[in-house]
Amino acid sequence: MTDTLRLVSPAAKLRTDDLGRIASVGIRTRKLRAALSALGIAIGVAAIVAVLGLSSSSQAGLLAEIDQLGTNLLTVSNGQNLFGDTAELPVAAPAMLRRIGPVNTVEETGALSTAKAYRNPHVPTVNTNGLSVQATSLGLPNAVGTHLATGTFLNAATAREPVAVLGALAAERLGIDRIYPGERIWVAGRWFYVTGILAQAPLAPEIDTAVLVGFPAAATYLNFDGHPSKAYIRSATDQVAAVQGVLAATANPEDPSGVTVSRPSDALVARAKAKSALNGLFLGLGAVSLLVGAVGVANIMIISVLERRSEIGLRRALGATKNHIRIQFLSEAMLLALLGGAVGVALGAAATAIYASTKHWAIVIPTLAWTGGLVSALLIGAIAGLMPAIRAARLQPTEALWTV
Amino acid sequence: MSAPAVSPLVTPGAGHQPVLQLTAVEKTYPSTPPVRALAGVDLSVDAGELVAVVGPSGSGKTTLLHVMGTLDRPTSGTVRITDLDASAMSDRELAGLRARRIGFVFQQFFLAEHATILDNVADGLLYAGISHARRRELALDALEAVELGNRVSARPTQLSGGQRQRVAIARALVGRPAIVLADEPTGNLDHKTGQAILALLDELHRGGTTIVVITHDRDIAAHMPRQVHVLDGHIITDTGATQP
Repeated sequence: MTDTLRLVSPAAKLRTDDLGRIASVGIRTRKLRAALSALGIAIGVAAIVAVLGLSSSSQAGLLAEIDQLGTNLLTVSNGQNLFGDTAELPVAAPAMLRRIGPVNTVEETGALSTAKAYRNPHVPTVNTNGLSVQATSLGLPNAVGTHLATGTFLNAATAREPVAVLGALAAERLGIDRIYPGERIWVAGRWFYVTGILAQAPLAPEIDTAVLVGFPAAATYLNFDGHPSKAYIRSATDQVAAVQGVLAATANPEDPSGVTVSRPSDALVARAKAKSALNGLFLGLGAVSLLVGAVGVANIMIISVLERRSEIGLRRALGATKNHIRIQFLSEAMLLALLGGAVGVALGAAATAIYASTKHWAIVIPTLAWTGGLVSALLIGAIAGLMPAIRAARLQPTEALWTV
Repeated sequence: MSAPAVSPLVTPGAGHQPVLQLTAVEKTYPSTPPVRALAGVDLSVDAGELVAVVGPSGSGKTTLLHVMGTLDRPTSGTVRITDLDASAMSDRELAGLRARRIGFVFQQFFLAEHATILDNVADGLLYAGISHARRRELALDALEAVELGNRVSARPTQLSGGQRQRVAIARALVGRPAIVLADEPTGNLDHKTGQAILALLDELHRGGTTIVVITHDRDIAAHMPRQVHVLDGHIITDTGATQP
């Protein structure tokens, strides 16, 4: 008979659908245990996804805010000359800057280094609160991307009188949060009436701590020499780089090197992109949680192998090879870890989505975060499951079947 | 190997063909002092036979079952299943041999409680390289052969002990193995249920299935056409020994 003489072929490979079924047996039959043992991995992956998602979302939010403020703002300020002294901008600098073709707006401020502002005359002179007094042109709020939080800005009339407008922080430090008729502050030995408070100006933080007065008033009451110290320039968005290139020479043709040109949005973007130091801490915590999760999965798999000795023996009797048994337990560990990882990604994404939407940020979950989370979960499952799987495969069918 | 299409009750090549041949099989367990569980066993089982291997505990009958089922290798001697020399095979080939030519029935049934009895029986062919759908078809045939065709979606926990053992027998039969090895198949059952299982084995035997029953119970063995008595690793008597 050919049938009996034919050599028996070695055990067949498991089909993929069969592997999926037998790898999930342990999980399907012991759901609570599977859920608890995958919890560590879920928490670890959730922490990592949430940290990366939140930092990306907050970055996206910040960048959107910067975009809204406009990236076409350039500033020109007085730098230093060769001797280390302040190089003053010419009085005519703003007018010359306005002549550059793609420039839309130029607004200037002039620092009054000797004038200090106080709530009233009784405040000791050393308590300056870190505030500066600056002369300003009348379109400043628009140019730096801010607006009046309350009250009104200077106009052609009030710019000639002892009238001041406060930057957001300056108002806070002087203890003024609303404008009463007759509200006044003590500037360089005389009362100045307050007519308005500006909202924060993220692109020009120096305005936040400034007490702003008109150029004519500064000249009349505060001995201002009329030299601007800083000009805020809005240019056509597609010409920003070209405008930036000619600003120094235009503002101070005699001494272009004594002029500092910068683009405030660049600094903000750089800061937004810098990673928070806390991220490292939370990622570390996530990694520790993953490690604990890995130990949990390994532990549960070892117990599972001990409990399922008779199943292993039966499978060997039904014709499973050692490799079949090894693959079954390894895939079970990987499946368990992968489920934990998937739950973790979902939790982390949900946490990111909820927090980002309360902050009105765009929800950004980096591909790297969730793919990395799933891949690391799989790897952890493979590492944690390897030893139990090898132990299961080493079990002799005779001892597995007859020692229950 | 193409999937069989005929009833699982009919073993291919039934006739006076040796299905199982043990020649001078010895098995010594390496403990101190070494335990000699099998001391030169010669045994040949022909296709279609129903054989009882009977002996008290410690007589070596369980070791004999291990060796016959290729779950354990003998220390010396040869084991041939359907004329294939098991001692020359690798572990993988032995697994393939078990998957396709040997069926096991255990005292404790070893059914998966979470799966239906149809899936339990179908798992008898899990490692034989047959598709899931085809395995279920064959499992249905096998369950009908043990008169459980109407309970296919029941779970083992919903069945009586006797029914569970029938499921286990169906699982052993599903791949139409050359030989079925039953280890104390009535050991966990009451007398009446045990008798029913023995009647089923007898019926399968009459249908052409080759069956070896291992038992310590002389009464059970007495009902079998051929009895092999084992004591201290030797075959003491064999009521149907074929001459080598």
